[in-house]
Amino acid sequence: MRRNQVAVVGAAETTELGVIPNMSQLQLHADAALNAIADAGLKLSDIDGFATAVETPQQVCHYLGIKPTWVDGTSVGGCSFMLHVRHAAAAIEAGLCKTVLITHAESGKSMIGKQPRFTPPDSLNGQFEAPFGVYGPPSMFPIPVLRFMKTYGITHEQIAMVAVVQREWAAKNPRATMKDPITVADVLNSRMIAYPFRLLQCCLVTDGGGALILTSADRAKDFPQKPVYILGTGESVETPMVSQMETFNSSRAFKVAGPLAFKEAGIAHKDVDHLMIYDAFAHLPLFGLGDLGFMPHEETGKFIADGNTRPGGKLPLNTNGGGLSYMHSGMYGMYALQESVRQMRGIAPAQVPGAKISVCHGVGGMFAASGTIIFTNEK
Amino acid sequence: MAEAARAKPKPTPETQHFWDGTQVGELRLQRCDACSHVYFPPRPFCPSCASRKVSVFKASGKGTLYSYVINHRPAAPGFTPPYAIAVVELDEGPRMMSNIIDCPQTPEALELDMKLEVTFEKLDDKITLPLFRPAKG
Repeated sequence: MRRNQVAVVGAAETTELGVIPNMSQLQLHADAALNAIADAGLKLSDIDGFATAVETPQQVCHYLGIKPTWVDGTSVGGCSFMLHVRHAAAAIEAGLCKTVLITHAESGKSMIGKQPRFTPPDSLNGQFEAPFGVYGPPSMFPIPVLRFMKTYGITHEQIAMVAVVQREWAAKNPRATMKDPITVADVLNSRMIAYPFRLLQCCLVTDGGGALILTSADRAKDFPQKPVYILGTGESVETPMVSQMETFNSSRAFKVAGPLAFKEAGIAHKDVDHLMIYDAFAHLPLFGLGDLGFMPHEETGKFIADGNTRPGGKLPLNTNGGGLSYMHSGMYGMYALQESVRQMRGIAPAQVPGAKISVCHGVGGMFAASGTIIFTNEK
Repeated sequence: MAEAARAKPKPTPETQHFWDGTQVGELRLQRCDACSHVYFPPRPFCPSCASRKVSVFKASGKGTLYSYVINHRPAAPGFTPPYAIAVVELDEGPRMMSNIIDCPQTPEALELDMKLEVTFEKLDDKITLPLFRPAKG
């Protein structure tokens, strides 16, 4: 894909985040979509391309009254929205549609109008993982952590610092769910969930949503918001079974998607001003820093523990507070994208001064899938 | 044991040989006749070279502890927390998820790379699960 041919011209989250007991999941989609439409100064009838995950495109399009000529229902977990951005950019460039709306919403806490997760007993996961007591992401996602720690000499204290630093960012964000400062001791004394991870190393469970609107860069200058251009993109999948990953020392999907995006963007790691790495659990930023090539995996724990990713550090990471402290409805990728767009517009609550390039890296279905989007505010 | 039963696998035509094996005390893997790749989970072709000529064989049942969590909450139906969910690296190469029995469910007792051997737990007349325990001797 060519650089900077497509831009984000509308971006918004649901009016409220956190606990939203007065809205179904479908209405959360609509709330986010209507906010993004207003942000872009558009009408719903201007939308001719649509993408969403979990809910079907037909469900959300009908509810909103959208008549698309291009749809994408890619649903690979929490990074689905990174893949939607990549696919939408390709579709716009190919002339299949002009203005794409991407929505995410999840009643993750209140569970209103949301289907519970179900693993069929005759699926491979149902036959070869479920019988051994996996039960939700906290029992699955951290399974590689002990191997990763042993291979690279990462300590419990270093991984605890991921949560501490992200809380520092969250403290600057009025919309963050958790804002009170925490220490490494707080993390390591919080309730055990699935050893080696404790409560403060696991993401929040909240309600919310978000929506993005993309169009061609040529049209983007006529919109009310500062355009945020798509500089590079990457995607991949590996396996829905965490036990069957090629290795627990890295994520193959990360190692495909990340470098693909960097190559397409034509940038080096030193060019990155702002970084989002989807943090459903505290080990993911360590995997991401290594797999995206910022540094050898051995150095990731020390890099974060030394404060390089905290406010004022040289590589601002997860500046909204992340899934650990900002919000996590179950598929957090959309909120990472929203924060990258805010940073590129220059309006983030914890704005990185002068940031010009933002890398937004997502994970989905434990380590099943990955998508990377690199944004810039300069064309 | 909690009141609800643990999740029970339902075999498909492609996996039936594996579950037939556990019932007679065999851990069965597959090997590609063309490229010798040994793989898991079961399927009637080689995921490395795509050959459909593959054979089922009885694995040694020996392996090592690759990684694990000790799950405290929420506990799956049929499990009493804390319990370890482990990934075992088999001597033949493939890895599989399982539980480690005859061993305290603690970080001190569950050392990465410790040697393990398969054992079998019958759930009913159709399904027997492969579990692992610390290797003897």
